[in-house]
Amino acid sequence: MEIFWYISIAVVLAVFFILDGYDFGTGIIHLFFAKTEKDKEVIAKSAGLFWDSNEVWLVAAGGMLFMAFPTFYASVFSGFYLPLILVLWLIIFRAIGLELRSQFKFQMWKDIWDTSFGVSSLLLALFFGIALGNIVRGVNLGGVDNGISVHEGHYFFLPLWDGSFSPLTEHPGVIDWFTIIIGLIAVVTLAIHGANWIILKTNSSINTKLKGVIFKLNIILAILTVFSLVVWQVVNPNSLDNFGDKPYLLIFPLIYLSGLVGLFFIKKIKKDSHAFVLSSLLIVGGITSSLASLFPVILPSVNDTHEPLTIYNTAASEYGLSVGIYWGILGFLLILIYMIIQKRLMKGKVDNMDYGH
Amino acid sequence: MEDMIFYDRLQFAFTITFHYIFPQLTMGLSLMIVYFKWKYLRNKIEKYNDSAKFFMKIFAINFTMGVVTGIPMEFQFGTNWAKFSELTGGIIGQTLAMEGMFSFFLESSFLALFIFGEKLMGQKLHLLTGFLVFLGSWASGWFILATNAWMQHPVGYEILENGKFVLENFSALFSNPWLLPAFLHNQLASVVTSSFVVASIGAFYILRNKQIEHGKLFLKTGVIFGLISSILVAFPTGDWNAKNVAKHQPAAFAAMEGIFETEEAGAEIVLIGQPNMVEKKLDNKIAVPNILSFLTYQDWDKQINGMDKFEKEELPDNVPALYYSYHIMVGLGTVFMGIMALAAFLLWRKKLYNIKPLLWTIMFLVPFPYIANLTGWYTAELGRQPYLVYGLLRTSDGISPTVSSGNTLFTLLGFVALYMLLGLLFLVLVGKTINEGPKSKLH
Repeated sequence: MEIFWYISIAVVLAVFFILDGYDFGTGIIHLFFAKTEKDKEVIAKSAGLFWDSNEVWLVAAGGMLFMAFPTFYASVFSGFYLPLILVLWLIIFRAIGLELRSQFKFQMWKDIWDTSFGVSSLLLALFFGIALGNIVRGVNLGGVDNGISVHEGHYFFLPLWDGSFSPLTEHPGVIDWFTIIIGLIAVVTLAIHGANWIILKTNSSINTKLKGVIFKLNIILAILTVFSLVVWQVVNPNSLDNFGDKPYLLIFPLIYLSGLVGLFFIKKIKKDSHAFVLSSLLIVGGITSSLASLFPVILPSVNDTHEPLTIYNTAASEYGLSVGIYWGILGFLLILIYMIIQKRLMKGKVDNMDYGH
Repeated sequence: MEDMIFYDRLQFAFTITFHYIFPQLTMGLSLMIVYFKWKYLRNKIEKYNDSAKFFMKIFAINFTMGVVTGIPMEFQFGTNWAKFSELTGGIIGQTLAMEGMFSFFLESSFLALFIFGEKLMGQKLHLLTGFLVFLGSWASGWFILATNAWMQHPVGYEILENGKFVLENFSALFSNPWLLPAFLHNQLASVVTSSFVVASIGAFYILRNKQIEHGKLFLKTGVIFGLISSILVAFPTGDWNAKNVAKHQPAAFAAMEGIFETEEAGAEIVLIGQPNMVEKKLDNKIAVPNILSFLTYQDWDKQINGMDKFEKEELPDNVPALYYSYHIMVGLGTVFMGIMALAAFLLWRKKLYNIKPLLWTIMFLVPFPYIANLTGWYTAELGRQPYLVYGLLRTSDGISPTVSSGNTLFTLLGFVALYMLLGLLFLVLVGKTINEGPKSKLH
């Protein structure tokens, strides 16, 4: 039962990062590569038309997490208080940028909101990566200080940083050199993903150039990936044990690897949608590999006093989880139907899409 | 500890108040959009279709605002009310997760299709997409009210030794006697808001002598919907809710009605007065004897317990705020009925469009249904105090144990600043849409 909800939430989260991921990535590309007004307009539009329905997936993931693993929800959301609120603000700021930029036709106005869209997209990608880094690194559950717990064993509170910026101290902060590396991986991944989206959905003049950008970013990503695996061993020497014990879990890193390798052939790929699928594989593979390395743990503890949070010690009651399955399956079927209908009607490039078309 | 609870409550109150500006319009407006579109299919008069499409643009702006201000609501259960989430998540998580699954996806998918797909789908399917948007937005209200109903009047649960609430009966969440009256009352109140918005924009076009034909249609539709909804919101639905409060939360009932002392021979209804919490009485009171007993129990002499009958720990912690919220809501509701009845009468006599003072009044009344909706919610939420789950879990026991008040004050200030900006954005977008008007560029 716990596993059903764990997998469902992982799927919803993965879909969220594929969908909202492309509009974060679009913002990053917009910030660095869009030069002419025409390109800026159409690139912003390729995110602007879709971002709000993409963020519905975040609401869904949050709701499901709340329902199935309330203790985890309570612990993690209060423990990561500041970064989560910052994420909320960035989401709002980004939305303001996207919705306002085309409302008035003078350059300074557009520049302001373009910057707000681009910078908050970049920071969001960074923060989501850092969040993932925190989850795999673990936190000081119970706030143990010199062997004494300050909080109940399943609660903690993390400051944004600890002066040392090291993941190896007794009280690691949200931002340290390890989580920063994971954050950078997220930024690069989503930038690649966003570039693929732009190529797929627009006729912008930089589409050809973006393929070169994707190629270069992919080299950086490969280096960062290898580097992160090495430092992960330093932070947590047992991090890859799960894959040794259960070799079938290796499917997830393979998904990531297939995306990474495939994207080196970006210039040879004929169909733009195939490239988009490859960067989606990066995202899915990255998230699922991280989760699989921890399973059934969902938040490791960096001290020995308190047990890590697992899907079993944070779950709601058996009855609640099992009634949820009935409406959960119904809900997923309905969402699938909506997506098919929407996909069929909203296909094609966005350049000329407008109210009434 | 005390200021911690204060900042947590203030932040939730502020963010939910700002958030609820948007869904209260979209729920009511979606019903009116379906009406316009349906009329167009029957009479093929272009301005009905224009109206449906125009209000869907307004809907879309509000939906966007609802999404970006709604995500913080969901997050705050965990960030600021972690203990509450931990203890009750197994129950209210159900209804909140269902909201995400059954209403937001429906709403957002078909909103996009309604806006972009008219030509592709044809008129009948276009009406259907509009109807599905309506269904999604009302489903959202249903699940939120189900969540709130459980907090007001908990059912279908069991409490474990460690204090956790576990779900024992799923269907009880939806057959909760609190739910249906609260849902109907809330939905009708949102129709009141949308009626006033539609009528107000209509009055604006007529007074500005611009897009007059659409203006008249808006005004007429707004007045008819407004009259019906502002009557139904008071009777029977408001009445049901008051009776529910009297039955299940008698301490809250005494406080919201401003009854300090129990009168054995039947309770008076307070029209005006200021609660004086030191002397435990109402200053400058104007009241009518025995009416409250009659309205609540259909018995002129029935005794209603005043606040003197309850322990201090059982009474809402902010009696004046609760009392004012309730009286502002009821007072405004009465004004709405009066104005809409007058407007409807003049509409029937075919004089409405020429009576400028009334058009100005209708135009400027637009903030007040929002105020009435919000004070209605304040009544429900302040009345529930000092509990999160009525009678079972105190508000002070629900906050996050590890977050300090300094952090909460910081984020509260941030939300205030950011929402100011967001409010400005909203006004710009809505103002621009209204200024462009419903007449499609194609004809």
